Amino acid sequence: MIEVVRAGACVACDICIKVCPTDVFERGADGVPVIARQPDCQTCFMCEANCPTDALYVAPLSGPAPAGSPQADQAALEEAGAFGAYRELIGWGGGRTPGSRLDRNHVFTAMLERGGP
Amino acid sequence: MSELDLTADVVVAGGGPAAAWAAVKAAEAGADVLVVDKGHLGTSGATAAAGTGVWYVAPDADARAAAKASRETLGGHLADHAWMDRVLDQTYANMNELAEVGRYPFPVGADGAQIRRGLQGPEYMRRMRTRVKRAGARILDHSPVTELLVDAEGAVAGLAGYRRQHDQSYRVRAGAVVLATGGCAFLSKALGCNVNTGDGALFAAEAGADLSGMEFSNAYAIAPEFTSVTKTAFYSFATFYRGDGSVLEGAGSQRGRSVIARTLLSEKVYARLDQATPEDMLAMRLAQPNFFLPFDRQGIDPFRDLFAVTMLAEGTVRGTGGIRLTGFDCATSVPGLYAAGDAATREPICGGFTGGGSHNSAWAMSSGTWAGQGAARHARSLGSRALARTTHGLGGAGLRPAGTPGDPSAFNDVIKAVQNEVIPYDKNLLRHGDRLAPALSVLDEVWRDVRASLHGENGDVVRARSAAAMTAHARWMYNAALARTETRGMHKRQDFPDLDPAQHHRLLTGGLDEVWTAPEPAARGGLAAVAS
Repeated sequence: MIEVVRAGACVACDICIKVCPTDVFERGADGVPVIARQPDCQTCFMCEANCPTDALYVAPLSGPAPAGSPQADQAALEEAGAFGAYRELIGWGGGRTPGSRLDRNHVFTAMLERGGP
Repeated sequence: MSELDLTADVVVAGGGPAAAWAAVKAAEAGADVLVVDKGHLGTSGATAAAGTGVWYVAPDADARAAAKASRETLGGHLADHAWMDRVLDQTYANMNELAEVGRYPFPVGADGAQIRRGLQGPEYMRRMRTRVKRAGARILDHSPVTELLVDAEGAVAGLAGYRRQHDQSYRVRAGAVVLATGGCAFLSKALGCNVNTGDGALFAAEAGADLSGMEFSNAYAIAPEFTSVTKTAFYSFATFYRGDGSVLEGAGSQRGRSVIARTLLSEKVYARLDQATPEDMLAMRLAQPNFFLPFDRQGIDPFRDLFAVTMLAEGTVRGTGGIRLTGFDCATSVPGLYAAGDAATREPICGGFTGGGSHNSAWAMSSGTWAGQGAARHARSLGSRALARTTHGLGGAGLRPAGTPGDPSAFNDVIKAVQNEVIPYDKNLLRHGDRLAPALSVLDEVWRDVRASLHGENGDVVRARSAAAMTAHARWMYNAALARTETRGMHKRQDFPDLDPAQHHRLLTGGLDEVWTAPEPAARGGLAAVAS
């Protein structure tokens, strides 16, 4: 689930509010989005992928992170280089190669047609 | 705020690939198009969050024959060669168009040619949104449909819904409607599927359309425990283990999911992708990067470490049941109403075996194309009469309670009650009449309450309607599952473990307060050309 919005990195562009398919965010008084409906988050990572300033972190858990978990600890996540990691993987952002150029889905389709590895 | 009142030639409900292709092709056919989605066209649904292969086969007779034959037996011989041929042709055309017009950055092979057999969801759907806008279609995001509008003759003449981010209801009068709202995964949190609550099937049934293949609705995907990330194909490289470290014999991702499910009823099951070569490992990372997020972000190496797994319900998203189509234009049995993608039955190309992956993506772009074109033709045939019709809304359960409106937060209890009957493996996946019948009784009782009193206030009207749609979906599923007293395709009955040649037909279902099932008349199904 979405766990962290880094206010310091956010440019208040509203993109996450627009792209979240389950409408989890609300615009806060200062323009920075707040996680208004976390139980509706389906952990699809689309907000994180679309954030232009790597201000969001989606923990890979389908429920809320337990109290004290590093999955909701901004400093620990920054230390681990977690912000923006998914966006880099799919090659979104200036100067990057789109991940689809390196796609290998066809390899697995062919494998399944053969009946396995 | 006052209601937003709009008009269009064609209104498309949905935000995934089928909706996007329908919008593009209807607009290219000259229609004024409006797309309304529950979420955001470009990120909504099962495709946008994932990566997928595509059933893209060059127009070579032998290759096409092999492609069609590969799943016929798995699908219980319920697919149709004429439909498969058309989907293979249309998919080939659309993928080439995606490269040439959409400028999708496909990978390039050693021979310098693009490899057009796969798509990455985020990139694909981002570009499809751009295509939709450039085609001139308007988009209302975060505007779930709540009901269809019909004219005095019962032909579909528009739809109504609610704009969640504006707290405003809206109404669109239109010449034709395309339902591309996806299947139903019962809010299981399977990757990207929580917008898919079967809303389109409910709307269609309220207008009098019938459904087909609803017994093929027991898809489950393997995921690491407590996560959302499904990609069953990658578990082809897994060995499955019990808690004591012994190998779980017979467990597998393609054949052998039942063993995993049966074991999960009483104990944990662990997996390790220990059959992958270094080349496979790299290919997996490149094919679907988010598959690795649950592992990388929790410090798990899935190739070396054991990790607990679960199976997430995917219902009719990767099952094959849905709204029945009456022809290649993706019309339904109701005039003015078209269906595409997972909202429609995928039996024409998959029969009764999971439409997931390459077949579903091919079906979405092909049926979306045809539904968009068909809807545009229908709207044009009505001319100026289309918008002059007097309309009324059809929404019943969850919108207009038949009795005294109840607690406006009751949708939460309805959702839990439905999930209790359709998500457990021993009810839906490991099917037996002794468990299906009592589950259906509970669901019928839930439906009676829903119909009598369920409603929602303001934006919660959407949640109430989704809860009603899930209830209806579950009842069609279990009525069909009880009616098919054999094992065929993904529908496996423990009390009827064999295929029964006398049931080599598709099964139609429909109705709301009274649900019915009936074999599809042979004249309609086109199954005569298919060997049993």
